[in-house]
Amino acid sequence: MYKSLSLSFMPCKAMLQPRARITRQDSENFVDYRTKVARNPTMERLQRNYLFPEISAREAEHMEKYPNAKVISLGIGDTTQPLPDVVASSMANYAHNLSTRTGYRGYGAEQGCKELRKAIAETFYKDMGIQGKEVFVSDGAQCDISRLQLLFGSNMSIAVQDPIFPAYVDSSVIIGQTGDVENESGRYRNIEYMKCGPHNSFFPNLSKAARTDIIFFCSPNNPTGHAASREQLERLVGFAQENGSIIVYDSAYAFYITDGSPRSIYEIPGAEKVAIEVSSFSKIAGFTGVRLGWTVVPEQLLYANGFPVINDFNRIVCTCFNGASRIAQAGGLASLSKHGYKAVISLVDYYKENAEILLETFESLGLRTYGGVNAPYLWVHFPGSNSWDVFNEILEKTHIITVPGSGFGPAGKEFIRVTAFGHRENILEASKRLRSLL
Amino acid sequence: MSAIHQNLSTAISSSASTFLGYNNLKNIKSSNVSLPGRISGVVKCVSSPSVEKTAYKTKVSRNENLAKLQAGYLFPEIARRRNAHMLKYPDAQVISLGIGDTTEPIPEVITSAMSMRSYALSTVDGYSGYGAEQGEKQLRAAIASTYYADLGIEEDDIFVSDGAKSDISRLQVLFGSNVTMAVQDPSYPAYVDSSVILGQTGQFQKEVEKYGNIEYMRCTPENGFFPDLSTVRRTDIIFFCSPNNPTGYAASREQLTKLVQFAKENGSIIVYDSAYAMYVSDDSPRSIFEIPGAKEVALEVSSFSKYAGFTGVRLGWTAIPKELVYSDGFPVAKDFNRIVCTCFNGASNIAQAGGLACVSDEGIKAMHEVVGFYKENTAIIVDTFNSLGFKVYGGKNAPYVWVHFPGQSSWDVFSEILEKTHVVTTPGSGFGPGGEGFIRVSAFGHRENVLEACRRFKQLYK
Repeated sequence: MYKSLSLSFMPCKAMLQPRARITRQDSENFVDYRTKVARNPTMERLQRNYLFPEISAREAEHMEKYPNAKVISLGIGDTTQPLPDVVASSMANYAHNLSTRTGYRGYGAEQGCKELRKAIAETFYKDMGIQGKEVFVSDGAQCDISRLQLLFGSNMSIAVQDPIFPAYVDSSVIIGQTGDVENESGRYRNIEYMKCGPHNSFFPNLSKAARTDIIFFCSPNNPTGHAASREQLERLVGFAQENGSIIVYDSAYAFYITDGSPRSIYEIPGAEKVAIEVSSFSKIAGFTGVRLGWTVVPEQLLYANGFPVINDFNRIVCTCFNGASRIAQAGGLASLSKHGYKAVISLVDYYKENAEILLETFESLGLRTYGGVNAPYLWVHFPGSNSWDVFNEILEKTHIITVPGSGFGPAGKEFIRVTAFGHRENILEASKRLRSLL
Repeated sequence: MSAIHQNLSTAISSSASTFLGYNNLKNIKSSNVSLPGRISGVVKCVSSPSVEKTAYKTKVSRNENLAKLQAGYLFPEIARRRNAHMLKYPDAQVISLGIGDTTEPIPEVITSAMSMRSYALSTVDGYSGYGAEQGEKQLRAAIASTYYADLGIEEDDIFVSDGAKSDISRLQVLFGSNVTMAVQDPSYPAYVDSSVILGQTGQFQKEVEKYGNIEYMRCTPENGFFPDLSTVRRTDIIFFCSPNNPTGYAASREQLTKLVQFAKENGSIIVYDSAYAMYVSDDSPRSIFEIPGAKEVALEVSSFSKYAGFTGVRLGWTAIPKELVYSDGFPVAKDFNRIVCTCFNGASNIAQAGGLACVSDEGIKAMHEVVGFYKENTAIIVDTFNSLGFKVYGGKNAPYVWVHFPGQSSWDVFSEILEKTHVVTTPGSGFGPGGEGFIRVSAFGHRENVLEACRRFKQLYK
């Protein structure tokens, strides 16, 4: 990805920052002319590269350093198992039909094809009152998170869990909702960080949380793996109602729940008036490269002036987007068919078994390990340490890529995230190496 | 028949998109040209729920930028009109020359690559997860060498997208709310609408049908559809589409040289939309980077939509030269890369496999055939309107024909054509005040439908 760039290591003040900086040392020299367009100050505000390309860069660099080592990636949450046949063949057939007169299709509805919207509503929101017309098919949750930020605009205040999947914070900075970063804490001003840790069972203390317009809430959580209970989500919805806030609920990992925790925010009464839900086929059907997801915006969700949020989101989708690939949508539909659904459940089960294996490994090492039960992520505690140091040590000694917890926020600094995505043999090999490490 | 069914299946869902939101219900009486004021009760516009006074409201304020938008996005409105018309006349054979939607099958060399990639994803060796957000290396290299050979644009300057429309908004997110922009008038509505959404503009000014703070560069028959740059104010960003949607005009080398010079003098950045470049028939430039010095002032957006029929498959690209830097020297590409990594997650790998086949030797040949087919359609439409005595523009370097109806409201003409010939077109004012008095006829369609539409035009205007 960054082959033309040089990778230089420099010490940095905040312990929370990664040690490596990727710089384009060549580019400054040959540019004589500069436009008079000012760089967007919000881009300037971003502290470093997006987390996951940074991890990729580290991986690439490590592989160059140790060309014979078998590097195992338990870092980026990237699916590894092939698509079920029924799903792949539906996409292959759809693609083939595009070369026929009767099978050719041009622009699709920007909101997604009707059949798929309906299937999503019926599969994931059965009996929750969510209809197909409230479902917007996307090319993935990461894209929709930014489209939601475009929808909300720069005059919003947001709250996030800490630690959390970095796209909420980064997109908030980019759209101009935040102030500068506080160097010591690594937090951006004007974002309410709701700490989630072992001390509060990974559910924020809402009585301490300031009111914000938007509350991003990911459950099961990336990176901690915690799935909020029904009682906790009832409190969250109540909190949102009291404050007149909108919850953006990220349920991308709902399929991994094993203990009966709610799979959708709409299982909570009243949520349809306060919450948007974002989800994805990435971790359900292995669609990380195929690109398909969805966002539910209930018709009952209203702005302060009574205007339905769905109307504006629809406008965004029609103007800033042109629909998910029809081929991907065909695959999505196949994955929700009778056979497809069964097949994706076994895909997910495979990763869940991986998680069990890793959980056992870390626990046997005497490490406090969270997650791994309702999500394909383990959140391993290394009290008193700096997660980038732990990341480096694990990488150096076992050739295993993980993700340092501080990449997800200040509250992650003593933790390492380990994903359960991988071929079984790699998971087993990684377990072996980890056991010998400590 | 298939055209109707095809249109129905693509359009039905979009009728759920509300064209007239709450704030526009007030505006219906004071109608203006860009808003189809005279609804005549046919179109069921509002699908928003009935809101009782006691309905719970959050305390979150609506984004005032969204409130500035005057109406729904143009093309869902055209779709809505078409659907309403089909309901009104269930036996009519409605022909759609409105939305620029491709109709001809994708060449097999391209679809078989996508089928193969789909199957490969179900195998251990062929499965791939997340791709590079900037696009698959091979595809980036192939786009660079196919479209920018000898122009100094390289593999790592190319960012593969899910289409030009998405990238236009990502570019707006990149630039932020504090930049000023200029557009051609008329122009593809996504530039203006995304600018409003990002907060770059002021309110809509009804008298002139323009948003405050946007510099509209009028393009008319009088100025040969190239703006008089001496009258154009400096803006940070200049959106420029050539060959142009909707006018069909392709700027000459000389004109683009002036544009590049203008940008250089003003320190502006040109966002050059070259989505129709393959339709150029004469020696008009196909890329802004053919102009010396353009790499320091321009980036280019393009798409496979109108070349390979990828309107539903979703694939395009943006090329950002390394030489393009902000006032502080920071490379624009570096920030765009950050946007792409944070706000996007790459185009679909299956679509990218199709893209790679598109730019193979066989694929390029096949795309030229498809483009050639639509160009023949265009010629038929141009001939028809010429023979009827109309002033006809475009149609030579683009799949759009820009027909002049002097002194008439373009929405009225649109409605009359629809009512009397059952042919859907696009009213010029939907593209900006400079489009008033024009109708855009798109040349995408099965040959028999294009011929039939032209027959009906001849009937109506003989």
